[in-house]
Amino acid sequence: MNRAAQIFIPIALGIAVLALWQFLVRHYYVPPYVLPAPSDIWAAFIENFSSLMASLWTTLSITLEAFILATIGGVALAILFSQSRLIETALYPYAIVLQVTPVVAIAPLILIWVGFEHIDTALLILAWIVAFFPILSNTTLGLRSADHNLIDLFRLYGANRWQILTRLQLPTALPYLLGAMKVSGGLALIGAVVAEFVAGSGTATGLAWRIVEAGNRLQIAKMFAALALLSALGIGIFFALTALEWALLHRWHESALKKQN
Amino acid sequence: MCAIPCGAHAGPCILLTLSGVSKTFDSGTSALARIDLNVREREFVSLLGPSGCGKSTGLRLIAQLLKPSAGEIQFPQGKPQIGFVFQEPTLMPWANALENARLPLDLEHKPQADDRAARALARVGLAGFERAYPRELSGGMKMRVSIARAIAAEPKLLLMDEPFAALDELTRQSLNDDLLKLWREDGLTVIFVTHSVFESTYLSSRVVVMTPRPGRIAADIALPAPLNRDANYRLTPEFSASAAKVSAALREAMT
Repeated sequence: MNRAAQIFIPIALGIAVLALWQFLVRHYYVPPYVLPAPSDIWAAFIENFSSLMASLWTTLSITLEAFILATIGGVALAILFSQSRLIETALYPYAIVLQVTPVVAIAPLILIWVGFEHIDTALLILAWIVAFFPILSNTTLGLRSADHNLIDLFRLYGANRWQILTRLQLPTALPYLLGAMKVSGGLALIGAVVAEFVAGSGTATGLAWRIVEAGNRLQIAKMFAALALLSALGIGIFFALTALEWALLHRWHESALKKQN
Repeated sequence: MCAIPCGAHAGPCILLTLSGVSKTFDSGTSALARIDLNVREREFVSLLGPSGCGKSTGLRLIAQLLKPSAGEIQFPQGKPQIGFVFQEPTLMPWANALENARLPLDLEHKPQADDRAARALARVGLAGFERAYPRELSGGMKMRVSIARAIAAEPKLLLMDEPFAALDELTRQSLNDDLLKLWREDGLTVIFVTHSVFESTYLSSRVVVMTPRPGRIAADIALPAPLNRDANYRLTPEFSASAAKVSAALREAMT
């Protein structure tokens, strides 16, 4: 199957499903508060364009900030772990505790601590908690996966820890880190949305709150419009990170190797 | 100059002395037992023995990547520049051939790293492949990059741990000949670990046969081979006689 077909076939399917949806809703007079037609959703999107875009921007900025901070924090802590077994032994269990505790359960506590007047900070912290762990665990694994013979070779030529870290361990960990970033990018978005649901009560202005608000007012078309924007955001993050991965790995890593048929 | 005087008839100076060297790992495995060995400059010494007889451990001890449990390893003339070639090419996949070959020079902050690494690559027949990444190279070519890296810093002592074991016969023979050429031209001292009687006989000026674990020296055979060996040497009666002698010593060591 060639590339054009790989792009064309799913798009054609999507258009066909939308057309069928539109036809069925109109033909059977499905009320719009049960299932709006795609044209209604589009109309709701245009009507609420500025408020939806403002919400998209809020959710996007919280997601990106949380993701970037999770990447920096995860890599920094993983490097610390790779340099000291003691620190790793002491801290790793608590990182796991942070990971396995559902974010919905911590959210009320964080909100109270941070205060409802700093709601963005609370959302940021919650999204960060969700996105942080995959980066930490994968990068830790990657740093530890450096070829032992290469480490010996570095030591033979008198390399110090810094040289081994920067020239050997970090490049080894890069594919692991990029894989984790693809997971964490999606998780940061989920964390931001979940946190906003929990925060509720009109203080937040992101897409999640638009969905809650529209649901309360039975504006189902607007709900769908906000939902579609959330999906688009997730897809956008995924493709951006896939592009980053390709840019950094395609020259040397096996994962980017084209199979010759 | 030699720290230990060596008379005209005593041959070249001693580069390396192992006296009573034993190695027992923390797991309790005894890899080497009481090894005594002198290696002189410009010797090509093969350590020959079955798998798991501590040959690789010996190389790592000499490279000071491991500490002996007992005994001493000395370099009478000071520790020389060492090159190391592993059984696997052990290249950095994110770095191209030139960057891989340049590694020792980079780590030791040597000048003109690019030029010297490029020259090393050319000497192993890889001129024009400087920008190639390891995944684009064949197994034999990767091993050549690995050898280029080992000689890039112009070592005096080259340690090789079954470097050609995973290669096909033709590639192995061509690398054997290239290695002999490097040895002659650079006045290298080579310690070469192998489990092949024919490879050790073809390459070495001296074969040290070792027993199964814990490794002990079972025989130390000097080979009166000519310096200019090529493929025809494998067909000579001298080669057959040497191989038979090494083979017999190995068989005896195994029992």
